[in-house]
Amino acid sequence: MDLVKILTDSLRAAIGVPAAAYALAATGLNVHFGYTGLLNFGQVAFMLVGAYGTAVTVNEGGPLWLGLLVGIGLAVALGLLLGIPTLRLRADYLAIVTIATAEILRYVTRSRALQSLTGGVFGIQKFANPFFDLNPIPPGRYGFGTFNFSHRQLWVMAVGWLTVGLILLLLTVLLRSPWGRVLKAIREDEDAARSLGKNVFAYKIQSLILGGVIGALAGMLLAIDTQAVNPDTFISILTFFAYTVLILGGPGRILAPVVGAVIFWFLLQFTDGVLRGALEAGWLGSAIEGNEVAAIRFALVGLGLMLLMILRPQGILGSREELLTDER
Amino acid sequence: MPPILAYIVSCFLLLGAPAAESIGGTLREGGAQGDPVAGVVLAVSDASGVVGTGVSGDDGSWEVPLPGPGTYRVSLDVQSLPEGVALRNPDRTELEGVEVRAGQRKSVVFPLGERQVETRSWFTRLANLAAKGLTYGSIVALAAVGLSLIFGVTGMVNFAHGEVVTFGAVVAWFFSTSAAGPGLHLLWAVPPTLLLAAALGAGLERGLFRPLRRRRTGNVALIVVSIGLSLLVRHIYLILVGGAPQPYRQYAVQTQISLGPVSMPPKALFITLVSLAVLAAFGLMLRHTRLGIALRAVADNKDLAEASGISVDRVILYTWALGATLAGLAGIFLGITQTVQWDMGFILLLTMFAAVILGGIGTAFGAALGGIIIGVATEASTFWLPVEFKVVVALAVLILVLMVRPQGIFGVKERVG
Repeated sequence: MDLVKILTDSLRAAIGVPAAAYALAATGLNVHFGYTGLLNFGQVAFMLVGAYGTAVTVNEGGPLWLGLLVGIGLAVALGLLLGIPTLRLRADYLAIVTIATAEILRYVTRSRALQSLTGGVFGIQKFANPFFDLNPIPPGRYGFGTFNFSHRQLWVMAVGWLTVGLILLLLTVLLRSPWGRVLKAIREDEDAARSLGKNVFAYKIQSLILGGVIGALAGMLLAIDTQAVNPDTFISILTFFAYTVLILGGPGRILAPVVGAVIFWFLLQFTDGVLRGALEAGWLGSAIEGNEVAAIRFALVGLGLMLLMILRPQGILGSREELLTDER
Repeated sequence: MPPILAYIVSCFLLLGAPAAESIGGTLREGGAQGDPVAGVVLAVSDASGVVGTGVSGDDGSWEVPLPGPGTYRVSLDVQSLPEGVALRNPDRTELEGVEVRAGQRKSVVFPLGERQVETRSWFTRLANLAAKGLTYGSIVALAAVGLSLIFGVTGMVNFAHGEVVTFGAVVAWFFSTSAAGPGLHLLWAVPPTLLLAAALGAGLERGLFRPLRRRRTGNVALIVVSIGLSLLVRHIYLILVGGAPQPYRQYAVQTQISLGPVSMPPKALFITLVSLAVLAAFGLMLRHTRLGIALRAVADNKDLAEASGISVDRVILYTWALGATLAGLAGIFLGITQTVQWDMGFILLLTMFAAVILGGIGTAFGAALGGIIIGVATEASTFWLPVEFKVVVALAVLILVLMVRPQGIFGVKERVG
């Protein structure tokens, strides 16, 4: 087993594009869950409309910037559509409706009725060429030793992490403003906020839309990186990965999604490398096979999510007092 | 389309060459160039009975390994065909006298096509869909009762309830069909499976959720824990069972029987009747036994129940065990009518939520009725809508109910909001 290679692979994953995308998705969830106390289990729906908004627009002949705008517009519309009937309901109902909506969207996207638009089960490929044409980095590989990236990867990574940075700056300003304080008040005690004359419902809708748009950006980033969208990549496990990232970092902390995403992807790639290495070295005998490594990873994420929530729900950065996870 | 070609080629590479004889083929709709048809159950039998079953994959291919060369009969389960796809010759569900030589991979063809000009009246078609929906709905009802009651007594939405359903299907598969199992007849596999399901429910309550309640862990945290549990358990199933759908050794393929305008395999009739009987018995238990009354008291008001001397913890424990038993039974039934699959319960989970919320969360009767309504509604919807929108219909009902009457049919208004 080549430990150096496994470590460099894990480091690459920790700062790679998927990590940036999950940092964005978890930032959206942080606005919902960490700051407003909304249990949105349908973050993947926002990612889906972001990705498909971009891919379909470009595929139909529109420019890329219009595609990005369409994706954001669709996320706003989805936030309104989702929020108006459900935000008056209790947390667990919101969770059920949002996960249901995400599944509805996935089924509709992959349906044969919409195949001419969305590509059905095959999805859409090769729509982000204009983005890669803008790449200022000269072709080649950059880095030292096995720790290196292609110019193409570096370009997406730079844009991805830059987006993360800008969003976090924007959120820092927003959440320190009176608007942000009302969100936290709603998280702490909805009735108290209402008794002070705040329109709780309007604030919740705004929070849902803001976090949803950030989720849509995450979907776009994933879609542009792979130059492909497919309905079956947008399954609800993505939402729960984003939750794991968020809870690992510490809900209610601005930097939590970044810390969470970097550690999450490092660990995910590391376990994968170690498992495959052990498999090749024959240490596991016939207990598991190569195609089961992915399943083991998913199982470990589930176990990690459970243990985190039970043992350290405030994550790495959070504080226990500020959490909505204890009974009041 | 090159990616698809590559996919098909890689499928063949992955399959590799089987060592011994087998019967297989590729199911396509409307000739060799048509769309592949997935999820169709086929069985191969010889004079002594069924020797193996197979399910067509995403590329329409299927293969059943054989014990040796000989003459076999291949039958196709018409029930497992997707809506709108039928045998070109509807009477040719079985191929008799298929000869397989030593070492041969015999290919057989079932020509499929669009359903020929529909000869049945709209009434017969709707009646058949309703009957299919009643079977599915009674399974959903069995599974949903536990979900609803556990919410009723603990206030927790258990996102891992789907995995309890899969547990029943997988354990019964292990006892009856798995190569590593004892190879019991499916009927004999049912009692130990249900016992294990009850133990699983009780174990989850004693080992995980009761300690968390003691620590005053809030509702939101419990939901996230149950999500993590669902992820963990589901992928353990994937490792144990594999990704392909697995039919049980028994009852996979049956000849249809006719009841008036409705025709169905005997297993569907049996499952519907048993499910409804179990639900009725459970309802009577809730109504008339001490445990049932205590359970409803706890669901109604925990503190009041505690104050009147009911051991709330014990009632919650029994509710978990009972709910898990019903869910396990639903899993076995779902495995018989469809196939055993590692994520079958998770797919069912949202339908169960729809049933539970339609009926009014926390009530047993509501969940049962909601399950049956959702089952019939989703199947009947295929009369008008493409079959791929089945789940969408259930979820649309869910969202509609939450908008119009969030407490459901039998719920109490103050529970929501």
